[in-house]
Amino acid sequence: MTLALEPVADPSAPLARRNPVAKLGAALLFSLPLIATVDPFTPAAALLVELVLLPFFGIRYRVLARRAAPLLLAAAGVLVTMVLFAAERTGDLLFSAGPFDVTTGVLATATGLILRIFAVALPGMIVFATTDPTDLADALVQNAKAPARFAIGALAAFRLLPLLAQEWRALTLARRARGVDAGRNPVAKLRLFASTAFALLVGALRRGVRLAVAMDARGFDSGTPRTYARRQHFTTADTALLAGAGTACAAILALSIALGFFRPIVG
Amino acid sequence: MSEVQLRGFGWRHAGRRAWAVRGLDLHIRHGERVLLLGPSGAGKSTLLAALAGLLPEDSGESEGTLEIDGLEARKARDRAGIVFQDPQTQLVMARSGDDVAFGLENRGVPAGDIWPRVSDALDRVGFPYRINRSTAALSGGEAQRLALAGVLALRPGLLLLDEPTANLDPPGAELVREAVARATGPETTLIIVEHRVAEALTLVDRVVVLEPGGGVRADGAPEMIFAAYGDKLADEGVWVPGFSTPPVKAATGADPDLVRAEHVAVPGRLAPVSIGVGGGEVLAVTGPNGAGKSTLALLLGGLLAPGSGRIEAFGDRRPPHRWRAATLTQRIGSVFQNPEHQFVTSRVADELALGPRRVGRSPDEVRRIVDELLERLRLTKLAAANPYTLSGGEARRLSVATALATAPRLLVLDEPTFGQDRRTWRELVDLLAGLRAEGHGIVAVTHDDAFVRTLADRTVPLGQPAPAPLPRRLRP
Repeated sequence: MTLALEPVADPSAPLARRNPVAKLGAALLFSLPLIATVDPFTPAAALLVELVLLPFFGIRYRVLARRAAPLLLAAAGVLVTMVLFAAERTGDLLFSAGPFDVTTGVLATATGLILRIFAVALPGMIVFATTDPTDLADALVQNAKAPARFAIGALAAFRLLPLLAQEWRALTLARRARGVDAGRNPVAKLRLFASTAFALLVGALRRGVRLAVAMDARGFDSGTPRTYARRQHFTTADTALLAGAGTACAAILALSIALGFFRPIVG
Repeated sequence: MSEVQLRGFGWRHAGRRAWAVRGLDLHIRHGERVLLLGPSGAGKSTLLAALAGLLPEDSGESEGTLEIDGLEARKARDRAGIVFQDPQTQLVMARSGDDVAFGLENRGVPAGDIWPRVSDALDRVGFPYRINRSTAALSGGEAQRLALAGVLALRPGLLLLDEPTANLDPPGAELVREAVARATGPETTLIIVEHRVAEALTLVDRVVVLEPGGGVRADGAPEMIFAAYGDKLADEGVWVPGFSTPPVKAATGADPDLVRAEHVAVPGRLAPVSIGVGGGEVLAVTGPNGAGKSTLALLLGGLLAPGSGRIEAFGDRRPPHRWRAATLTQRIGSVFQNPEHQFVTSRVADELALGPRRVGRSPDEVRRIVDELLERLRLTKLAAANPYTLSGGEARRLSVATALATAPRLLVLDEPTFGQDRRTWRELVDLLAGLRAEGHGIVAVTHDDAFVRTLADRTVPLGQPAPAPLPRRLRP
């Protein structure tokens, strides 16, 4: 298994080089306010901005498309849910699927929600595609003053993730070797899954404890103020990125309000 | 350089009735190099953890004193460094250099001093790569070298090694021993716990044998200790040098093949190989890491579909990987390298009963099978214990017993003797020889030369690693 969060971008691209905390902050600044509206226009505009900026992060569109593919599943889920359960069925009737009237209003809301999923998820994906986890942890500690115990601890745990996939495989095979399989019975399948997951968890906990002891043995819990082997700098360019993200988001919302598309989620 | 002084030291883990170590009086002088021996359960690892200051006061009860350079061990944490067994859970960072720097950052070493000390430590252990080498791409032996460098960078006066080669194949173990030998000078006091005594002897000048009940049984120069206590230690499972085991080979020729693999291959993991195993023989599969030995074991065990080639077994026209699990387990038993992967229940006796129940044995039969196996593998006293709480040797015996419970004719074992003490090793060899005499076919994937010499009727050496497919993406 390769980790889905490994950086895949050209690290020398102008925006990919920005401080990880700045990138993370910019992603949040840009995408979180978008949640406030349910219209299709606002997220569409945001998506457009995101896609235009993509080359500056050194990510190729094809790579992003592959990464974003799982979101299509969520999009399909939204569409089905809206068609089946939408309470308001305003607008013109397009067609009826059995008892369900599909109207322009339903489709507009569904489109808005789907665009929103992409518009909100994409900035996060861009950050992780362009950021080395070590750099992110360093920047969180050095620039965002996150506790090292948390940031470096999470980083170390992160390193063990690929092991889980190997472990899962070994556990599954070992169960078959013991004569345990589920055949076609869905209940048995579920039980087998649960028991394998439990064994995986037990193993992961033990490994986690061993790792924690090894880290403490090297002074992680010493209480001495840590020094930094790798410096992360937060420069004016990083501040500019943050400001740019905020401005872009505000501009999109203003445009949406001015053009009358804005539909607040509350009220 | 550090000095260790124990006076009547003892430690009991919280919630345990027995003391892990007790009544220890020991003085280790500056720059001494000590091999710590004792049968399993003598408290060697607990003692090392105590020396490293890693036993928090609230995690148990202590008695006596343990001092490093006159300081209580918990206050002398920065004087001691420890390397553990498992390479996977000692490395913290994604890049090798960062990992060595991790300890230096923790200790507050000024940023300007960090990188020179990192490259110095890497040089000392003979780490062959650049500092940005991914730690995930290291072999076990290389990872242990890196772990050692991470500890040495902190310049400990006392270096503690807790079976640093137990999880490694022989070439990997050699890498680590070499690194220890070249990286530790007279300025480092060294304490090693190691089962494989012969290999560790080149590193030490003093041997201390712990008594399981408490106290020190013997203490002195290696030659003297082994002359006086060698027999007893060997009986207790310590790999005392100079004790070889007479070969036990098959009395009769092998029966026709139970399983035959024709040109089986798995892309990137196993180059094409043809192999057949009959009843009444022990076949050893050897070869370097990455040659696909474990993959071959999975193929023969009916747990993996071959990428190409054919596997036929037990006259079934379907290949083993397509059999139902219940059928498979009555024909082929697989024993994994890590016994814990195979445990499914929370009691030893249930673990043994599981297989027979799944294949439809009656409750009486199940009870008979369980009792017999408990007896045969000396597990009767542990019948109610949780499999996850067993010692290494016990867990290994249980994992073999679970495979035997459904009476398969063919047994496939992946590194069965890995990390085992001499006593468990001997028991396994005798057990497998007995099974062979009963007409079972046995395939063992192994690095263990002694095992091959003693038991194998035939050896199949696998060649070089199959060429790996190109990685899906190359890291920048």
